Amino acid sequence: MLNHSNFIRSKSLIRSKFQVILITIGLGILLGIFCLAQFTQIESFGLLVSLLLSISLIIIYYSKTLYANLPEGIKNNGVWTGTLTGRGVSAWILGVVLTCFYILLYWFPHILGLSSSGNTGIIGFFDPLSQFFKNQPASEWFVYGTLYTLAIILFGIKFIWKYRHNKYQLLRTISVIFFQTAFAFLLPEFMLRLNLPFNDFKNMWPLNYYFFDSWHLEELMHAGNIGWFMLIWGLAMIFLISPILTYLYGKRWYCSWVCGCGGLAETAGDSFRHLSDKSIKAWNLERYLIYSVLLISVVMTIGVLYSYKTGVNTLLGINTYEFRKWYGFIIGAAFSGVIGVGFYPLLGSRVWCRFGCPMAAILGIQQKFFSRFRITTNGGQCISCGNCSTYCEMGIDVRAYAQRGQNIVRASCVGCGICAAVCPRGVLRLENGSADISTRTTQLKTIHISEDSLRILN
Amino acid sequence: MARIFIIGNGISGVTAARHIRKLSNHDITIISSESEYFFSRTALMYVYMGHMRFKDIKPYEDGFWSKNRIELIHDKVNSIQFNAKSLVLESGKTLNYDKLILATGSKSNKFGWPGQDLHGVSGLYHLQDLEMMERCSYDTSRAVIVGGGLIGIEMAEMFHTRHIPVTVVVREKEYWYNILPPEEAAMISKHIREHKIELILNTELKEILDDGTGSVGGVVLSNGDKIQCNYVGLTVGVSPNIDFLKNTTLETDRGILVNAHLETNIPDVYAIGDCAQLKQVLPGRKAIEAIWYTGRMMGENVAYNICHKSISYDPGIWFNSAKFLDIEYQVYGHVPAKIQSPDDSFYWEYSDGKKSIRLVFNKESHQILGFNLMGIRFRHEVCVKWILEKTILNDVVQNIRLAFFDPEFYKNYEDSFVESFNQQFNQQIILNKNKTLNHVFKFLTQK
Repeated sequence: MLNHSNFIRSKSLIRSKFQVILITIGLGILLGIFCLAQFTQIESFGLLVSLLLSISLIIIYYSKTLYANLPEGIKNNGVWTGTLTGRGVSAWILGVVLTCFYILLYWFPHILGLSSSGNTGIIGFFDPLSQFFKNQPASEWFVYGTLYTLAIILFGIKFIWKYRHNKYQLLRTISVIFFQTAFAFLLPEFMLRLNLPFNDFKNMWPLNYYFFDSWHLEELMHAGNIGWFMLIWGLAMIFLISPILTYLYGKRWYCSWVCGCGGLAETAGDSFRHLSDKSIKAWNLERYLIYSVLLISVVMTIGVLYSYKTGVNTLLGINTYEFRKWYGFIIGAAFSGVIGVGFYPLLGSRVWCRFGCPMAAILGIQQKFFSRFRITTNGGQCISCGNCSTYCEMGIDVRAYAQRGQNIVRASCVGCGICAAVCPRGVLRLENGSADISTRTTQLKTIHISEDSLRILN
Repeated sequence: MARIFIIGNGISGVTAARHIRKLSNHDITIISSESEYFFSRTALMYVYMGHMRFKDIKPYEDGFWSKNRIELIHDKVNSIQFNAKSLVLESGKTLNYDKLILATGSKSNKFGWPGQDLHGVSGLYHLQDLEMMERCSYDTSRAVIVGGGLIGIEMAEMFHTRHIPVTVVVREKEYWYNILPPEEAAMISKHIREHKIELILNTELKEILDDGTGSVGGVVLSNGDKIQCNYVGLTVGVSPNIDFLKNTTLETDRGILVNAHLETNIPDVYAIGDCAQLKQVLPGRKAIEAIWYTGRMMGENVAYNICHKSISYDPGIWFNSAKFLDIEYQVYGHVPAKIQSPDDSFYWEYSDGKKSIRLVFNKESHQILGFNLMGIRFRHEVCVKWILEKTILNDVVQNIRLAFFDPEFYKNYEDSFVESFNQQFNQQIILNKNKTLNHVFKFLTQK
């Protein structure tokens, strides 16, 4: 019998398993130090930075072992059979850990060490970094922002490695990393250092639900020219910039190129994108929920503005501040944070964007009715395999359209482009065009008999 | 209202059912012994590789069928009494039909090799083949795959993702050499080896060896080599699955013979999809085409014919697509493996050796005949329009950007493409920069 290459192959397999074990141990130790920081008083800039750096290096090394030695292409082997990505034990553990973290962060930050008389625990551990940025002790939001940004950068690098053959994915990921790091993290922190109002220039009402709160409006109006600029910029984003960009490119310009929630979903959440529910039931739930949240957020904002203008705290018998508080608690924290991110490994990465985000709802309506964007289906090439639907993080049954030869225009589509990337037959393409704007979805290219005149269509 | 029975729940059968439902109020029943619900056969590989679950490759939710009043029977048709217009099922039940559509699909070819029926030998066509591969995967030290076609490379990729060493044995001098022109075939051969899958060319299977327990123990090749393995994939094509129809009054050849209206020689009996063989072969087409989209088109077509809106089957300009590991493939129009007079072709390959464009044209008239793409996506409608309008090669090259269907921001290789064309054919074509979707619409709607 001939001796074939078995030996070499199995050796590389053992090596990659060894690497995974090594990485797991490494991350375990580093997370252990974090937990240690919770119970002991560590305040060392050097230790914090080297810890964050070590975690970064390990995740980058992990990405390298996963993708660097493989030829360019789609890497979805074993996604549904893996314990972390296939709703196995690891997924449940991670889900519980993330959910606990969010619960502590939103409602019990003092357990994490937040204290007005000097932070302790994990939040205290981040004090030196916070001092470095803005000469203030850390808040729970500073800790969260740092970890959030780091997650987008690191898993963004992993994502780029994975999709390095696809320039659309490459540019989109660089974009979300940039907007998160510069606009959501660095710029606001430095502005605080300069005693300017905290402002994330890319965050827009109604996702930014405090924009019209009286304290926020007051803060901006009392901050001089820069404050007025922020106010006008915020309004321009809502009423001018966003509608124009959405008309030109669809809601993807925001949801998968700029937005921070989207940024985390696309990078850290990429491994869970296939977990979204594709059933018609889920689609129905989506429409009820997201437009309800939009309605509530509009009513809440009107109430808050009314109170700001008139000084009267009740509108139609409802206390506007109470309403605002409950909106922040249920929608702003529980929905977007706990369920939105905590449940990544169980429900997929875009639960908040799909079912809850009022901003996505507005952009979605624009995308559906006033946009040049669509996903084109390429003639009759679809083989109904289902990769597009499976890897749609928004739970759109892309295949249902593609196999009819119908272009896809769905309010929820964030234009991540993964359906087009995983398609094995070159069927899908994200495109913008004004020439057929009102009939973007009417043609069914796989129907090749015309019903009225009984002729073969071309 | 007629009772319509469809044997086979593949793409042909279910498309027929869907369109009959759209056009009429007939009773529709689909019978399949393979699976309870319709699934995408082409996606079986993704289930094995863990990209999808089996439920993900079912294109319609289970409730779809009852909602559309399409009855499903999970049973095997043992025989058909054409005179009595009845079907006898394995369960013993007899069903009477008014109209019958045969959509029985294909079966994997076996060419009489010794040992071809051992445990651990299968093709990849049916759901049961996938189950067999899955069962064999636990203790397979090596899989040998015989055949240099589309299914063979899928099977190789499947085992490869489970870290099971794979050897692919191909009779021709390069992979898929009887369909792909030499350069493209060589590109795929190279790519297979890049994935560290062993590829043995110019070699045939001679014998499959028994390990002493009735299972596969190894293979013997035409060059005398023996390879130890526990699984043999036979992927040397498929042929119509019509054994149970032999020795009936139904006229068959390799497949069930049908006219242009997809009618067999027996009234009220139709055949569509892989199992149908057209008596009159259409230009640029074959009598039997085991392809997803022709099944779909035939299903649509037969629905019209059954609902008394008769129309001849015409799938139009040839096209197809596939994916060889990481390299996508698309073809539109006439692209023979051996390009010879009166055809000629222009071949351009990108420097990474994984993308290419081939334009096939008539040597005399310079009219475009076909497109062969590797690692590059082209727009179906644009290619078809160019071919139908007998566009001159130079016009195609100049406006090549109208056909681009790769994702946005992809590598700009068109300058290199045009430059290479100008050099080879001594032309001075300047690339037309128009490439937006609006330009494409303008082109597609212009007479």
